[in-house]
Amino acid sequence: MKGNEVIAEAAIRCGCDGYFGYPITPQSEVMETLMNSRPWETTGMVVLQAESETASINMLYGGAGSGKKVMTSSSSPGISLMTEGLSYLAGAELPCLILNVQRGGPGLGTIQPSQADYFQCVKGGGHGDYKLIVLAPSSVQEMHDFVELGFELAFKYRNPALILSDGAIGQMMEKVNLAPQKPRWTDEEIQEISGSWATTGKSKDRKQNIVTSLELDSEQMEQNNLKFQAKYKEIQENEVRYEEIDCEDADYIFVAFGSSARICQKSMQIARDKGYKVGLLRPITLFPFPTKQIAALADKVKGFLTVELNAGQMVEDVRLAVNGKKPVEHFGRMGGIIPSPSEVVTALEQKVIGG
Amino acid sequence: MTEITEALKNIIRPENVVSQKSSVLTNETMHYCPGCSHGVIHKIIAEIIDEMGIQEDTIGVAPVGCSVFAYNYIDIDWQEAAHGRAPALGTAINRLNPEKIVFTYQGDGDLAAIGTAETLHAVNRGENMVMVFVNNGIYGMTGGQMAPTTMQGQVTATTPYGRNIDLHGYPLRITEMLAQLPGACYVTRQSVETPAAVRKTKKALRKAFENTKNKQGTSFVEVVSTCSSGWKMTPEASNNWMRDNMFPFYPLGVLKDGEKVKPEDLPNVGK
Repeated sequence: MKGNEVIAEAAIRCGCDGYFGYPITPQSEVMETLMNSRPWETTGMVVLQAESETASINMLYGGAGSGKKVMTSSSSPGISLMTEGLSYLAGAELPCLILNVQRGGPGLGTIQPSQADYFQCVKGGGHGDYKLIVLAPSSVQEMHDFVELGFELAFKYRNPALILSDGAIGQMMEKVNLAPQKPRWTDEEIQEISGSWATTGKSKDRKQNIVTSLELDSEQMEQNNLKFQAKYKEIQENEVRYEEIDCEDADYIFVAFGSSARICQKSMQIARDKGYKVGLLRPITLFPFPTKQIAALADKVKGFLTVELNAGQMVEDVRLAVNGKKPVEHFGRMGGIIPSPSEVVTALEQKVIGG
Repeated sequence: MTEITEALKNIIRPENVVSQKSSVLTNETMHYCPGCSHGVIHKIIAEIIDEMGIQEDTIGVAPVGCSVFAYNYIDIDWQEAAHGRAPALGTAINRLNPEKIVFTYQGDGDLAAIGTAETLHAVNRGENMVMVFVNNGIYGMTGGQMAPTTMQGQVTATTPYGRNIDLHGYPLRITEMLAQLPGACYVTRQSVETPAAVRKTKKALRKAFENTKNKQGTSFVEVVSTCSSGWKMTPEASNNWMRDNMFPFYPLGVLKDGEKVKPEDLPNVGK
């Protein structure tokens, strides 16, 4: 199946209550597949094409505020429109799932794959101090798996989760193991999971639930922020996910996520054939970032090269993790161009090995 | 003094009470300025929720602006929307919980400026909810700047020489626009400046809530209101100014009362 199609299938199978979105290339197959599948006739899942990305992210707010499992998908310019809503969702601590199938920017850009929304999605993007839980799939199987994982983490921490994919993985076709169909939560289950904070209807025996991010008292607003930061710290401590390939004997480490990590796997083979011991660290969660794991590698290796489809964004986090112990360089192509594996090896030779 | 106290004792008796605080209103002291219409509109909504027995089933969507704290006063579950986005929240809340009764509460800046798209499309889809639109022709909380509904010549913080149509565009009669949309079943414009007007507005809002309970589509209730602080007038002068200047341009009355358009009444190229 295609990466975008599998997102739709996984959403239905994991018991998602509602999808609200707006078409944009290269991810429109998500809603198209959902509409084709008519899940409202089977699981009762609501699928609605909104009038804009602004509306769809705010529909997520309304749905998540009711304690339901809701998601949207978009691509870079659409995610920009959603950042207002993302800030509010984070401020109101609402669990929901967002998929960003990145394309080249800035502006209208291209419809080809890119990873240039790293800063926007990992560092906040909207106003205020907040974090999204960010998952970076590098295969169609992971596109599938991260839908359920994203919801699980979102509800565990009452925080929006975002799958940061790109046009290459969204359009790629691979074999997938599909999860069995899970039922949607019943009203009783929602009461149990989210009833203490969600707008499920004020019963006589409880106080009203108010979903808001507003707090005019600065002292209290600081307390709210401290609570958010404590939550992000807990996520950083407990939820780091990453993959290490051939790092045990490595002198040099590629750090790459998503589709660039796939290119790096081929580059590693080429480099090893040339006699360079190269490993790959692939962050699966971009927030929380595998800082400790990279720091540990910095004690053993000679240098790092981050490979990204951007001008150098994640490289800043790698440099923070390495903390000056070893050289950290960046190689990237922009505007929707995917580098060849040999191009990456040349960059390693020029920027790190020879540097 | 004793005589008066004695006389009051005879008057203040349960059988003489014609109006009392609804149990759906909380005991919070409202923050609104003297003469502001929000308090009265809140009171009416709380009474309707009480009378219809729907406190457990009603979810409100609060706006930005002066009525941002509506959730502190009406004792139901609420969600607080970003500026203009209340109809989008309401859409999802209702679609995912079709048995709940959802209403949005918005001012003119919220509904008719930054949230025009969300408003228009929610009504056009015929989302089953009540939309309460409080139009006082000015941005109250932000400090009295021009709203889309500000009258020609009206002085505000951003139109210090009066609204000039060539410069600022026309005052927006958004309720007339929304009445044209097929998803609306009930569109009305009311006010709360006299006891009689309050009773009429309550009747209109009750109808809107009944429509929603009966899944009729969007019910839209505009309440032309005053903003004594923003207009820099006394409450009485504000009421007079509203009557003299706003009512002729925003005439009170029902704009649409019926059903949302049925799909079979529109061309269907799929058939």
